[in-house]
Amino acid sequence: MYQLTGVTRDYQKGRHTVHALDGVDLVIEDGDWLAIQGPTGHGKSTLLQILGALDRPTSGTVLFDGQDLTRLRESQLTQVRATSIGFIFQSFNLIPTLSAQENVETALVPLRVASAERQERALRALTDLGLGDRARHLPSELSGGQQQRVAIARALVKQPTVLLADEPTGNLDEGTRDEIMTLLEQLWDQLRLTLVIVSHDSIVAGRAQRTGLMENGRLTIGTRSTHPIS
Amino acid sequence: MFITYLRRELRRRMRQAIFIALGLALGIGLVITVMAASSGVSNSQGTVLHSLYGVGTDVTVTQTPTAGSGGPTRFGFGGGSSGSKPSAGTSFSRNVLTSGGLGALQSSDVTKISSLKDVSATAGALTLTDLKLSGTVNASASGGGSAGGSASGAKSSIKSSSFSVTGVDLANGSLGPLTSGTITSGHNFSSADSTANVAVVDANYAKAENLKTGSTFKVAGTKFTVIGIVSVAQGSSSADVYIPLARAQALASMKNEVNTIYVSAASAADITTVSSEISTALPKATVTTSSDLASEVTGSLSSASSLANNLGKWLAVAVLAAAFGLASLLTVSAVSRRVREFGTLKALGWRNRRILSQIMGEALAIGLIGGAAGVALGFGGAALVQALAPPLTATSAPSGPGGAGGTGAGGPGAGGGFAHAAQSAAHTVSVHLTAPVALSVVLLAVVLAVAGGLVAGSFGGWRAVRLRPADALARVV
Repeated sequence: MYQLTGVTRDYQKGRHTVHALDGVDLVIEDGDWLAIQGPTGHGKSTLLQILGALDRPTSGTVLFDGQDLTRLRESQLTQVRATSIGFIFQSFNLIPTLSAQENVETALVPLRVASAERQERALRALTDLGLGDRARHLPSELSGGQQQRVAIARALVKQPTVLLADEPTGNLDEGTRDEIMTLLEQLWDQLRLTLVIVSHDSIVAGRAQRTGLMENGRLTIGTRSTHPIS
Repeated sequence: MFITYLRRELRRRMRQAIFIALGLALGIGLVITVMAASSGVSNSQGTVLHSLYGVGTDVTVTQTPTAGSGGPTRFGFGGGSSGSKPSAGTSFSRNVLTSGGLGALQSSDVTKISSLKDVSATAGALTLTDLKLSGTVNASASGGGSAGGSASGAKSSIKSSSFSVTGVDLANGSLGPLTSGTITSGHNFSSADSTANVAVVDANYAKAENLKTGSTFKVAGTKFTVIGIVSVAQGSSSADVYIPLARAQALASMKNEVNTIYVSAASAADITTVSSEISTALPKATVTTSSDLASEVTGSLSSASSLANNLGKWLAVAVLAAAFGLASLLTVSAVSRRVREFGTLKALGWRNRRILSQIMGEALAIGLIGGAAGVALGFGGAALVQALAPPLTATSAPSGPGGAGGTGAGGPGAGGGFAHAAQSAAHTVSVHLTAPVALSVVLLAVVLAVAGGLVAGSFGGWRAVRLRPADALARVV
């Protein structure tokens, strides 16, 4: 699925150059469930954004399904995001003015899905996650766990191959965290997704197939653990 | 999705959207009001100028009288030889046509002007005064000692009356002094009338003299039949009586002479050229263009004109610019507050173009709402101008054609002094200001509204598109 070689990412912060990624090599197989841990500001999110075709490395190559993302034009990256990659964010990032169903529909807009089919698929995605009766609610009318489910429905409605999550449980209480993690694992298993979750929560990381640790822009991959589900 | 998203977003930002729309509305409303008032003022100016010189006239040509000009008319006392003095008690009655105040131009000058390049039409006219004196010679004025008993006590009883007569060129009816009027009774001259003793009489004069279509009256002792009554624009400087040019020339003994030439240029852009061409062809003539006249119009009309054209215009431009600036700033700040939203949409694979069109759509919708409100405000403003504006007065300076009238030096006694008031004195016209809103102005408002939306939207859109999705999302965490 992914093959990263010598990936660096530098930021200009005032007069200083910050090496957010400092030579990352990483292989992610199809259907992997990888958790990346590490302290804040050590490059976890930067790595996730490069995996998600949201950012380009300063140097190195990022092969995704055999194509080098670093060589693609902006519009091609947009296309990759639209078709293959689902995102989940810490603060859900739902559009506040749109209903749950409409939020899910936004993921199908760049795919030019006709309106009727779009609505139907969005509603089905919500129903699959147990939110069929909340389709017309605005995000502000939903609980944190429900909002994150809407976000998951939005990420999955286009049937991506990769699901990338940035601290997906960071804004949730413990009970909801476990509920969401269980849901993500079920989906990963059912849909044969490649799941990459960035989290500093060791309980979340502990459920992963593989874990990596980002420190000072360098990634150390732990050994493949045996997972209860796999 | 586009419409739903747009509508929801505008509803969320309702207050801000209304604020932006109101700003634009104010600017656009002001533009409409100012343009309406301005076109009203120029209509009023047109009314004044047309009443002075007739519709379609771009240039008038006159000539300052030289000594002895103004026609050969002299007041002699008929019956006696030129050297003798009339005896006291002799009653007399004289009725003559004089060309006071204006110098004579030859009919060939009319032809000369009409052959100039860029001139589309010319018409000569002869403006005259019919002066009637009657009475009995006073004994003391007679100087003779042969007064008889009964005659010696006679008091001087000289009566004078005058009215203005304009000879109009029937061959060029579309131009000249009659064009500003409307025939209210009877009919206008036809080309067959050129040698007939027929007259078109000004409505006011007809009323005062109790003349109707078919009535007869005398011009310089010759009987004329009234064929039409003409009503000219308010306060016009029109003559009391219009007769065919050839008749006027014959009665005033001014064969082949005119004293005003009305010229129409091929196009408005040619007026300056035409005027300088005429000056070259007729170096002694006074050439007056309609813009010369407009600049000579003084009074509240010209103040209103400069108010509408200067203050109003700049005020409208300033308010509009402020509204555009405000709309742009607020749109940019709204986009900045939605950085996460747009970053998320980019992460979902929305193209920049799609996000841009969403922002543009919102700004445009606000612009159009503002435009609609602005048109309403503009109509209201124009109505207000129309309702509140006091009647405007305009005074055309006496330096136009015939301006030299008062100083018609060296002419016969009756020369300058009897020139018709409208030709020689400052002339005041009162007009009511209208503020018509033209369709083109409404279209302009729509264009401005769209432009306002596009300007604001493109600032906001530029802000959103420039945003790297990674930054947008990074800012959140």
